[in-house]
Amino acid sequence: MAFKIVASQCTSCSACEAECPNVAISEKGGTFVINPKKCTECIGYFDVPQCVAVCPVDNTCVIDNAYPRYQAAG
Amino acid sequence: MHGSKQQGGGVSHLVNIDAVMQQVAEHKGCGTTGGSGKASCGSSAGQNDLPPEIWEKVKNHPCYSEEAHHHYARMHVAVAPACNIQCNYCNRKYDCANESRPGVVSERLRPEQAARKVLAVASTIPQMTVLGIAGPGDPLANPAKTFKTFELIAQTAPDIKLCLSTNGLALPDYIDEIARYNIDHVTITINMVDPEIGAKIYPWVFWQHKRYTGVEAAQLLTERQLRGLEMLTERGILCKVNSVMIPGVNDQHLVEVNRAVKSRGAFLHNIMPLISAPEHGTVFGLTGQRGPTAQELKALQDACEGEMNMMRHCRQCRADAVGLLGEDRSAEFTTEKIMEMEVNYDLEGRKAYQALVEEERMAKVAAKAEELAGLEGADADISLLVAVATKGSGLINEHFGHAKEFQVYELSAKGAKFVGHRRVDLYCQGGYGDEDSLATVIRAINDCHAVFVAKIGGCPKADLTAAGIEPVDQYAHEFIEKSAIAWFKDYLAKVASGAVTHTPRGDAAIRQGALIVAA
Repeated sequence: MAFKIVASQCTSCSACEAECPNVAISEKGGTFVINPKKCTECIGYFDVPQCVAVCPVDNTCVIDNAYPRYQAAG
Repeated sequence: MHGSKQQGGGVSHLVNIDAVMQQVAEHKGCGTTGGSGKASCGSSAGQNDLPPEIWEKVKNHPCYSEEAHHHYARMHVAVAPACNIQCNYCNRKYDCANESRPGVVSERLRPEQAARKVLAVASTIPQMTVLGIAGPGDPLANPAKTFKTFELIAQTAPDIKLCLSTNGLALPDYIDEIARYNIDHVTITINMVDPEIGAKIYPWVFWQHKRYTGVEAAQLLTERQLRGLEMLTERGILCKVNSVMIPGVNDQHLVEVNRAVKSRGAFLHNIMPLISAPEHGTVFGLTGQRGPTAQELKALQDACEGEMNMMRHCRQCRADAVGLLGEDRSAEFTTEKIMEMEVNYDLEGRKAYQALVEEERMAKVAAKAEELAGLEGADADISLLVAVATKGSGLINEHFGHAKEFQVYELSAKGAKFVGHRRVDLYCQGGYGDEDSLATVIRAINDCHAVFVAKIGGCPKADLTAAGIEPVDQYAHEFIEKSAIAWFKDYLAKVASGAVTHTPRGDAAIRQGALIVAA
């Protein structure tokens, strides 16, 4: 039910932090992380996940397979 | 809805548009030199060439006045890491290649740290008159951090001019904020007004919670940029336009961009060469897109000059640069160091120092005017370039081997005109020369007939002469323009007497990569 940020690719530009409707993103250890408990994949807010859309590095905000998809959990 | 941006609202600060446009028009016509009808003002203008209100705004601003950049310093604070567009010449995996030294991640600052840094720098460097926010992302994609920084600095250092540099996508949403904090200088980077061309430069833009790509993205960007420019002009906020010259993509098109921004009231146009070294990892770097040569850049700048002021002294500096343009003292002011520094903000002391600088500037202008006499009857067909090694203050005061860059002046019957600068790798490293570095310097100033220096060793002197570039050290520590004109008169006399045959020079290379601090 969540996205995650690939830390090795994160540039720490902070663009995703301001766009997240769930305030799920914060800085941790020099890069940004998504709190999986808060992430809703932007379902109910926007058509596309905002962190994915604003991130300057492709394939850096990706689905975290450790968690079930958000709607499935609903 | 979260993240909604502040739209308009509040008390209208609109001024009379006709009055502003008149002011702009008057400004553009200023400094007309005898006979040619061509404006020579703006970036090289002096006090008598400009309407007083515009002169007051630009006279101490190194990025807006070529004349001021010899005397006044600026600093950028890197408080704005996020960006809302992607450019093919920028790689944010590290830093913005056109704003920052590539490959080195800037030290990002919180607004409070930035305000502290500004005070520390202003206390140490009294000629620091301008604070800019230029990234490393886009200031207006980080509005809270950007405007908080301006607010703090306006409180503690009210004499410092505030400016910001933006891609323009979010600009129309923040005009009120910009006016509220007395930010009277805004730079917009506009690389195209044709979305088909824009699609080759911008892979995507992020706007109103959506990523747009291709022509649609470029269409959105150009509309927002031009509307933002018009809104700034209506408010009487000075606006400079930056454009990146990308050969084969927008080089021909930039003449059209120039017309579009001029008609909307832009004050100054700065066309910069593309930086595209493969090691920066930008799309253009990886696809082998080349940057322009020195002569290609100059030809485009000359073509756009017409009635519009062109800026030619831009150093494409990093987003946390400190000091005179062409120097970078940012390493002296890391967060760690500024926290330990004793900060004593002496407003009166700064004013006194700046008054001295003004006297120095006036002396320079007078010296140039004096030397210009006698040039009127000169051979109108001869125009050539000379390179100058300088550390600032408008003087020939740098050793050839220590120069990190050369300033380039065009000499003709009209006098001496600053037309650009050439970065060079340090040639002298620890007192002895290095063959490859000298070759780099010669490539960088290969289109120049002479190079003016404070001092030069015997070996490079011989090599320069062999390359057809005359080393000139007889004007050491004298004013640049006065000396260049004096040398040019001698040169013309030699041509007239047949002692010298005037031959045009070739092209020169623009060094890739941003200016690096001397080790």
